[in-house]
Amino acid sequence: MKSVFSLILLVVLGAGVVFTLSSIPFGSTSSDVGEYYIDSGRADTGATNIVTSVVVGYRAFDTLGEVTVLFVAAIGLGAILAAGRENEEKKKAEWEPASLVLYTGCRFLFPLILLFGAYVFIHGHLTPGGGFQGGAVIASAFLMVYLGCRKKRISRTWARNTESISGLVFVVTGLTGLAVGGHYFLSNFLPEGTLNTLFSAGIIPIIYIAIGLKVGSELTGVIDDLIEESE
Amino acid sequence: MIVIVTLVVALMLSAAVSALFFKDLLSAVIASCLVSLFASILFLFLQAPDVAMAEASIGAALITAVFMIALRRTKRYEE
Repeated sequence: MKSVFSLILLVVLGAGVVFTLSSIPFGSTSSDVGEYYIDSGRADTGATNIVTSVVVGYRAFDTLGEVTVLFVAAIGLGAILAAGRENEEKKKAEWEPASLVLYTGCRFLFPLILLFGAYVFIHGHLTPGGGFQGGAVIASAFLMVYLGCRKKRISRTWARNTESISGLVFVVTGLTGLAVGGHYFLSNFLPEGTLNTLFSAGIIPIIYIAIGLKVGSELTGVIDDLIEESE
Repeated sequence: MIVIVTLVVALMLSAAVSALFFKDLLSAVIASCLVSLFASILFLFLQAPDVAMAEASIGAALITAVFMIALRRTKRYEE
């Protein structure tokens, strides 16, 4: 009975998906906004990477919301884990020390991965990638150190300060744009410079560096919380 | 080109299906990590390097770590 019911449900769902997909005209758009971004993204924002010109140029306010969602998630996780920690008797598990090869490999790779992450978000307006990707790369570098070197820990206050300051930089840049540059939040008030150079695209590099540092320190804090909880 | 994409999709699907059937949950986590890795290669072929980068760092590295930390607190084998 149960299997018959699930089969019927599966058939109904499959038919729904097929009918929905068959009525969508793939390969053609009903709005011109995508074409507009591709055609005039460079001229409007000065960023060579069209994705960046949408994410931090045209839709920068949405990105602020996205960053806020991540911030709230990290805070919530930290609060839940901290609440559980008070009641629980802290028992220190004995870590097996990592082997020399693992330890040295991690120490060798850590600055390189950190450098790559920083490159990704500093060059967010020129090459693929940006604040979120660079921040995730930085967090994975810290994750590797946590797994490979075992004893090393980041300073919580350092991570929290980086996160707060970069969040403030984002909002203050947006408010300055509102006051100086134009009539809307996060409007560009800096010169756009020469296309395809590092110091171009106005406020986009500043915002992307802030996002990169914020996402990196947030995700590192999440990993730190989780690993400490699992010990 | 289409051969490589088909191969990557086939590998991705087989990793996803094997993640469902593994009794050893650590292997299942590694298989789901492989799904993300092949997805990021696929995004690269589809000319979306931004998404590929995010998928590789978040999907393959951080999510796998979160699952493994969860496995440390629970049981490794499914009953």
